[in-house]
Amino acid sequence: MSSLLFLAARSAWNRRLTLGMTLISVALSVTLLLAVERVRHEARASFAQSVAGTDLVVGARSSPVQLMLYAVFRLGEATNNIRWPSYRAIADNPAVAWAIPLSLGDSHHGFPVIGTSPAYFEHFHYGDSQALAFSAGKPFADLFDAVLGAEVAERLGYHVGDRIVLNHGMGEVSLAEHTDKPFTVVGILARTGTPLDRSVHIGLQAMEAIHLDWQGGAPLPGLAIPAEYVRKFDLTPKEITAVLVGLKSRAAVFKVQRQINAYAAEPLLAVLPGVALDQLWQVVAMAERTLLAVSAMVVAVGLCGLVAVVLASLGERRRELAILRSVGARPLEVFLLLSAEGLFITALGALLGLALLTLLTAVLGPLAQAHFGLAIRATWISSDELILLAAVVGIGLIASLLPGYRAYRLSLADGLMPRL
Amino acid sequence: MSETVIEIANLRFRWSPASEFCLGIPCFAAQAGERIFLYGPSGSGKSTLLGLLGGVLVPEEGRINLLGTELTQLRSSSRDRFRADHVGFLFQQFNLVPYLSVIDNVLLSCRFSARRTARATASGGSLHDEARRLLAHLDLEESLHRREVTRLSVGQQQRVAAARALIGSPEIVIADEPTSSLDAERQEAFLTLLSGECAATGSTLLFVSHDRRLAAGFDRELSLASISHTAVNEAA
Repeated sequence: MSSLLFLAARSAWNRRLTLGMTLISVALSVTLLLAVERVRHEARASFAQSVAGTDLVVGARSSPVQLMLYAVFRLGEATNNIRWPSYRAIADNPAVAWAIPLSLGDSHHGFPVIGTSPAYFEHFHYGDSQALAFSAGKPFADLFDAVLGAEVAERLGYHVGDRIVLNHGMGEVSLAEHTDKPFTVVGILARTGTPLDRSVHIGLQAMEAIHLDWQGGAPLPGLAIPAEYVRKFDLTPKEITAVLVGLKSRAAVFKVQRQINAYAAEPLLAVLPGVALDQLWQVVAMAERTLLAVSAMVVAVGLCGLVAVVLASLGERRRELAILRSVGARPLEVFLLLSAEGLFITALGALLGLALLTLLTAVLGPLAQAHFGLAIRATWISSDELILLAAVVGIGLIASLLPGYRAYRLSLADGLMPRL
Repeated sequence: MSETVIEIANLRFRWSPASEFCLGIPCFAAQAGERIFLYGPSGSGKSTLLGLLGGVLVPEEGRINLLGTELTQLRSSSRDRFRADHVGFLFQQFNLVPYLSVIDNVLLSCRFSARRTARATASGGSLHDEARRLLAHLDLEESLHRREVTRLSVGQQQRVAAARALIGSPEIVIADEPTSSLDAERQEAFLTLLSGECAATGSTLLFVSHDRRLAAGFDRELSLASISHTAVNEAA
């Protein structure tokens, strides 16, 4: 057996260029397959981590998935707002323990600005029911105070005490700025690995104040209300975007959901985050399966290439196989010699692919976090990935039997005299 | 010198039950240490005979006895093992495995045979020493041992192949036209070296060729046509 390994290794080394290219193609295809699986897995985990302890998410009537996307994941924009009295009605429901109002629409250097109440820092949970923590400062107290997510502070280099100007509307570059009413950074949240890291939090009243002299997405000409005067106005918001609701008892969740959905004064939608997430996954599952199928195809192409290369080498190796036979190699040993090559390349390709993926997640993970709020952790291999890897090596083994069998047949037919 | 090393009786072979018999040897025997020249032009069943002696082919009828072992009674894997232990083969050309060094090509015979490994070690002190000793005997200088085998001349390649056939002193050495790609002068020298080494180890040499001019130095000259299909036995 050690003789066979020695011969297989020497032979492979002799053809290292061809086999090396094949190895790279197998490794890259494995990287792609594992990357698709890992992004899928981590995206799900990341989404599931984004909200915890919230029993209902309420917004204007649209689809549950869309509501979740804009209210929790800060993806996309709300089509409609809900009126302030509706929020009051929800907050005053006797089954409701707490209700966090959210007002979206503005941004700061591409990071979403959220108008909310101090209840946010008290009741909002993420991950496995972890409360928000401050890495510096405290919740907003004064009108023009702002609390930054960890990513915002890090990327823009802000510290507690800095003055920032918000932009009207979403987008990296905005034409309209709220320059007349700058905010003071009073707190920076600890990193959560959720979209919250990319958010700027201000009070609902502040959100109202900076839009007092605005209408239809632009400042009203000739009407500029200086920051020091806005406090004299009634800053109770007229509309908000969504409400996160916590109940006194989870058992009441369907009852409260029905009550909100049946609210007469305005069409509202209340969704259970878990249920909405499941719906989201159903939508995404098709795309995931397609991606996985495509990457599986790529692996199949890689393995076909491998088999083709080993098979092609057989033509020039017939004489060599006859020599091996003449010194006593059995046909079975010839079979093993050729099969081992394919198996070895597949196994090495799988390992290389995994190493490449680990390298990629280490390098690109922070980028994905920064741009999409998607936490791709450089985790050790998961059981699902292990199954995929085992499947690749298994299929590689089966595929490698083909050149092995061909060599076996050839060496039986040729004996000591290769018919060339 | 009366120990029979190769004995063939009533042998008949055909490739498939539907085809004609292509080889029939009623009787053939070779004694230990004998050097036999077997004249076989192409198409005379030479390759078939080598396959049968090597145990990679099985006759439909008759028996092949090598060193007292009935080859036809062995299973195919035992025949492979027997060949590894007792028979050294030397072919026409391209005798070497291209990706192995000169020494590793010589030692290839020992990789599949513990018996030949033991005998080579006993003879040379170590496997590598024995390989080097054989190569030196076959006039391959030390500086060539590390050269890639594909960069050796044909004559040098054939001498490496001869060393491989001879290492571990197999009882039988079968050479199939090993000199056909050499020029006349080198043929002569190669034959002398091969015969000398076989004599030194006491191996029986079966030399198959279509070139009768090479037959001079052998104990016996046979024609494959004469032993095939007829009852002629020119045993010494």
